Amino acid sequence: MSYAVETRDLTRVFAGKKHRFRRKRTADEADEHLGPVTALDGVSIQIREGELFGMLGPNGAGKTTLIKILATLLLPTSGQAFVAGHDVAKDPFPIRQRINMVSGGETSGYGLLTARENVWMFSQFYGVPSRVSKARIDELMHVFGLWDKRDAKVRMLSTGQRQKMNMIRGFVTDPDILFLDEPTLGLDVNAARIIREYVLNWVRSQKGKTVLLTTHYMAEADQMCDRIAIIDKGKILACDTPEALKRMIRTETTFRLEVDAIRDTASFSSMQGVKNFSLTNDIGTNRSHLTFILEDEGPVAEILSLITSQGKKVHSLQKSEPTLEDVFISMVGRGFE
Amino acid sequence: MSAAPARRTDLRYRLGLNARAVVGRSYPRIIGANREPSWIVFEAFLPLLGIASYVFIYQAFGTRTIAAIVANDSLTQAEREAAIAGAHLWVNALVATVVLGGTMVAFWLNVLWSMASQLYWEKEIGNLQLYMMAPMNRMALLGGMAVGGMFMTSVRALSTLAAGVIVFGVVFQVADPLSLLAVFFVTLIALYGMGMMFASLYLLWGREAWNLSALMEEPIFFSSGMYFPVGGLFKIPGWGPAVALAGSLVPATLGLDALRQLTLGPASQAAILPLAPVSTELLILCVLAVGFLVLARYALAYLEVLAKREGKLTSRHQ
Repeated sequence: MSYAVETRDLTRVFAGKKHRFRRKRTADEADEHLGPVTALDGVSIQIREGELFGMLGPNGAGKTTLIKILATLLLPTSGQAFVAGHDVAKDPFPIRQRINMVSGGETSGYGLLTARENVWMFSQFYGVPSRVSKARIDELMHVFGLWDKRDAKVRMLSTGQRQKMNMIRGFVTDPDILFLDEPTLGLDVNAARIIREYVLNWVRSQKGKTVLLTTHYMAEADQMCDRIAIIDKGKILACDTPEALKRMIRTETTFRLEVDAIRDTASFSSMQGVKNFSLTNDIGTNRSHLTFILEDEGPVAEILSLITSQGKKVHSLQKSEPTLEDVFISMVGRGFE
Repeated sequence: MSAAPARRTDLRYRLGLNARAVVGRSYPRIIGANREPSWIVFEAFLPLLGIASYVFIYQAFGTRTIAAIVANDSLTQAEREAAIAGAHLWVNALVATVVLGGTMVAFWLNVLWSMASQLYWEKEIGNLQLYMMAPMNRMALLGGMAVGGMFMTSVRALSTLAAGVIVFGVVFQVADPLSLLAVFFVTLIALYGMGMMFASLYLLWGREAWNLSALMEEPIFFSSGMYFPVGGLFKIPGWGPAVALAGSLVPATLGLDALRQLTLGPASQAAILPLAPVSTELLILCVLAVGFLVLARYALAYLEVLAKREGKLTSRHQ
């Protein structure tokens, strides 16, 4: 089996902040000071060539840290990581020839250059001949709907247009392995759709192209990825196809409730038959959305009774097929928010 | 596990890759930076104001000297004319010293605030991680920044020089243009080599290294003799020569001294107080250029590993 990416027991610990030239912290500041943070804790994954692999997890789960290690920007504290068969710590050059990375909300490039010039500049760092680079840029500008803005200065581009330019930068070097770190973050539906479609088509239509996509959009991961790893607090909790992950909790029952804003949820945790639940408050409507993962339908009556006994009204109750979010809630005991 | 098919790694490929990287990285400075015409005001016209204050002081000294000569009845007409011509030559040499210094200041400021701290800014806007992830040699990245900075600053410096010549009526006498070009380019290479070395420090210390730049700016203006003949420091007993020698570690000092010697002719040498013969200064500049480039190469490699270990190649928010 040929792996595009493989990590073995990968751990990354960030030391607490040190300020060499600053005054000594006061006692209050020292209390707030963060000690070492374990961003990755024994992560072992294998991503096959030609696979679109997703990393699903909340903010701070360790997704970006993993990508930075794989992109040779960060050294692991312990463990090993291989990209295209090469060790990221010992042999970065052949890795760098084959990879590229695009992050959501990226502000790279120079505002005084045009979109086209910016992408061309980055392609030069990979040794792409100018003629080839310019032809690819023009083609990709058409595909991503950025052709009309090709000669606009980058500082004049909107967030979505800028992210499309970043995506073009990622593809223009024709990488074998592309790291996409929340690439649709903050984009409108249309821009996100164009990016998802292109990425899917790029992986499916060419042999040996691999994508590692990190996201906290469940639907995006579900729609795009061949396999998904669920990561939280630096640990991989599960890794399988979206269908297989959902099957894992199919024996359980998922109920979604919309109720008047609720604060006290402590009683749900101790309720028999409730495996896990999550709560999201909608300040605009002053309502709460509750998702329960239940062992069976038994506790539903008790849940409803508990809510109504607090004087809260139940607006809707729905039994649903499990989603990736339910898988996450089932494993972690909370949603992404 | 099997490795993916190999990509080219031969010498020709690497040379092409790094040459393209230099061109790519210099492009924003050469093309982009000149897209805002406001630079003419900020970087060519405004520096003239700083130069003007020194020029007026030297011209005032000259005017007093000439007035004293005119008032001296003991001189014959021929002696008086010769003394006045000598005073004019002396004033011209000092004003030219200031104009050349003001021109070199542009390079020094570019090296200190743009070249050295550039990697810090690149990190802040999110470019650094993209640079460090690319297969190009890191020296190609710094080389591109240096080439772009040299070109951009040369345009600005030449504008300042031309404006200085026109506004203050400075007369230059270039007898050896080849030596002049050699000194100029070796000075720039040494100066930007020094900037490349500082740039690697910023990789690790980021904003904290900012203080170093702030700390260096004014003392080096002084010790490099940007606005006065640096040889004058040797006239100060005690600390003067020590400051001048320390300042000579900055390539701008020796480069400026040699440029002054090569552009002002033998008659003005007494006014500009040369530190050493041009050939000696050129030799030292060559050593500094090679030394700084080698140091930059190793400092960058070492500090890159350190920065990767400490997680400082990328911003925390990204």
